[in-house]
Amino acid sequence: MDFDLTDEQRLLKDSVDRLIADQYQFEQRKKYLAEPDGWSRNAWKQYTELGLLGLPFEEKHGGFGGGPVDTMIVMEAFGRGLVLEPYFATVILGGGLLRRAGTPAQQQALIPEIAQGKLKFAFAHVERHSRYDLADVATTARRDGADWVLDGAKSVVLHGDCADRLLVTARVSGDRRDRTGIGLFLVDPSAAGVVRRGYPTQDGLRAAEITLSGARVAPGDVLGDAGAALPAIDHVIDEAIAALCAEAVGTMQAMHETTLEYLKTRQQFGRPIGQFQVLQHRSVDMLVALEQARSMAMFAAVMAAEDDARERRRAMAAAKVQIGRSGRHIGQEAIQLHGGIGMTMEYNVGHYFKRMTMIDMLFGDADTHLATLARLGGLFGNVRAA
Amino acid sequence: MDLNFTDEERDFREEARRFFRTDIPQSIRDKVAEGEGLTKDDMVTSQRILNARGWATVNWPVQWGGQSWSPVQIYMYQDEMQQANVPTPIGFNVTMVGPVIAQFGNDEQKQRFLPKTANADIFWCQGFSEPGSGSDLASLRTKAERKGDKYIVNGQKIWTTLAQYADWIFCLVRTDPAAKKQEGISFILIDMKTPGITVRPIVTIDGGREVNEVFFDNVEVPVENLVGQENKGWDYAKFLLGNERTGIARVGASKAKVARIKELASMERVGDRPLIDDPRFREKLAAVEIELKALEMTQLRVVADERKREKGKPNPASSILKLKGSAIQQQLTELLMDVVGPYILPYQRDFDGRNEPVIGPDYATEAAPMYFNYRKVSIYGGSNEIQRNIVAKAILGL
Repeated sequence: MDFDLTDEQRLLKDSVDRLIADQYQFEQRKKYLAEPDGWSRNAWKQYTELGLLGLPFEEKHGGFGGGPVDTMIVMEAFGRGLVLEPYFATVILGGGLLRRAGTPAQQQALIPEIAQGKLKFAFAHVERHSRYDLADVATTARRDGADWVLDGAKSVVLHGDCADRLLVTARVSGDRRDRTGIGLFLVDPSAAGVVRRGYPTQDGLRAAEITLSGARVAPGDVLGDAGAALPAIDHVIDEAIAALCAEAVGTMQAMHETTLEYLKTRQQFGRPIGQFQVLQHRSVDMLVALEQARSMAMFAAVMAAEDDARERRRAMAAAKVQIGRSGRHIGQEAIQLHGGIGMTMEYNVGHYFKRMTMIDMLFGDADTHLATLARLGGLFGNVRAA
Repeated sequence: MDLNFTDEERDFREEARRFFRTDIPQSIRDKVAEGEGLTKDDMVTSQRILNARGWATVNWPVQWGGQSWSPVQIYMYQDEMQQANVPTPIGFNVTMVGPVIAQFGNDEQKQRFLPKTANADIFWCQGFSEPGSGSDLASLRTKAERKGDKYIVNGQKIWTTLAQYADWIFCLVRTDPAAKKQEGISFILIDMKTPGITVRPIVTIDGGREVNEVFFDNVEVPVENLVGQENKGWDYAKFLLGNERTGIARVGASKAKVARIKELASMERVGDRPLIDDPRFREKLAAVEIELKALEMTQLRVVADERKREKGKPNPASSILKLKGSAIQQQLTELLMDVVGPYILPYQRDFDGRNEPVIGPDYATEAAPMYFNYRKVSIYGGSNEIQRNIVAKAILGL
């Protein structure tokens, strides 16, 4: 049992940390936000050069064979930098789905393109009433000759506006919330019948609403068996949750450090406000929340590779609850302890706060995951699932 | 990063589990599980079984009966012991005075006290707090005046846990009233049978008799009972308080409580189903389990880090163990009350023996007293507010 990084992981951490420190200062990030895509093409190029875009993929696909701990290292640094580029959408979600659901031919054709920074992906899944239920899919896919024809509407598709390819869930059979009958389709967003509307999200990232009206998909663009995609999606979302937990830890740590620095420098009543015990204690409680979150992000990273879907989901549910709770606490306290300056767009802490808030609401908020974990019987002792 | 233990470590855990569950009498472990008070005999019996195997004083120097275990082994030993509801070895003996004597005592004191302390032939209590010296411990006023080859001790200690069982008390006393408050304190050992000592019980809100006042009226203590140097007692006290870092989280004990709550909640019914099937109850419990899992991971981080860290340098993560560990222990006692429901009301403690037959299910009896009693865990050993002061200063640099 150890929490050490390997030599390769330490090198990775050094280089990503340095990149974020050099390239992602608050003022630099503002410039990226103002670029046409709302993020930096130059930063994307640097991620490619550093090998980050190929990190979790097999070497035969131009990747580096990294695991969830490597992803954790990158995402934590990205959380500190409030990174805007479509890394999560492309590498974690898109690449993950190809890796876990794609045919060898699809993997061979597409994963190297991700690793080289040539193709960006988005996962088009959420619908108007699906909330956080991964099995709730109303978009339909029906056969027409050899092709599939997709109809439906997808919401809040992360980085869907800039994606070169969409991975769309659609129902080939069964009722709206059945666990079987869900297919995963590779869709070119410029194809006929696909309309997308991009927009900024609360945290400065991007998303899109996507409508599919008779969009045609060739048989070679179905991932795996049409209708049996859900287990792979479940696993990829669990990996995505682990990645978000790591990003959240980076964000929380930045908020805690920024607040601490402020307490040490802000003078009121003739002394630094950090000398007031009430603020000291609140700052300690932020640290406690941070360390608990860090522990669960590590747990999530270790469990992300677990093949037993039930054990994995238990771990991810627990981690996401902890991240959500700690994130709310640290974010709200960071703003409060800063006072007025924390409320302004010109200061960094509010931007961390907003990103943290959105992370809580992605792929299941804390309440949703608490209910999941409770249903699965909790973490200790023996209780049958409800 | 690898959370798997080695084969040797797993074997060790299995060995510990088997030993704790077969060699420590079930009747004693049941009392711990139910939160029923242990008799002195229970504590001594359990400790002697551990000591016979060399497992009572694992944190001591090897030559005095300690084990040269890795931090992982110490973690597993504590975790399995707590999960098996084995009484923790008497803390005053094992984590407090024993290590101080082993570190700072002279050879004669080590020979005289350590073997008996390990075997609970001497039952120790701790004379630190005073009526006017709680969180501000260094302000203590109980004085020891040197007269020839004796100290004459006068003053009062309070919150002295299990003084009614104790054969000896280790005390912080003021030996130099003129010095700065931390610099005039000495650490001395006093036989509780010495004339002039009076023990008065304090009944706590759970109806229990754990703590006492101890009065010293011209108590004569031989100077050979001074540990280390005169006026250096504060250093020894800090050493003592810094000794126990990972066990304080009580993760294993909380795991045992979760398992018990689940077991009892499947026996209680709400409407037409067991309480354990009530989604709201399950969520409340799951919320605490998550905090507990996070704390266990934090504790493992501290354990892993301890292998690399020079002794005496606290890990930032260790600071949260007491804060969070105490909160979780308290939350679990609340959940246990929720399980019991209306049978929480009958007070069935201070009768002569037990009130037979028990009113309601027998596991109901101790639930409320345990909740009342556990308010102490965020107060003792440096209140959680003092812990926050320490973290703010030592870790956050505020």
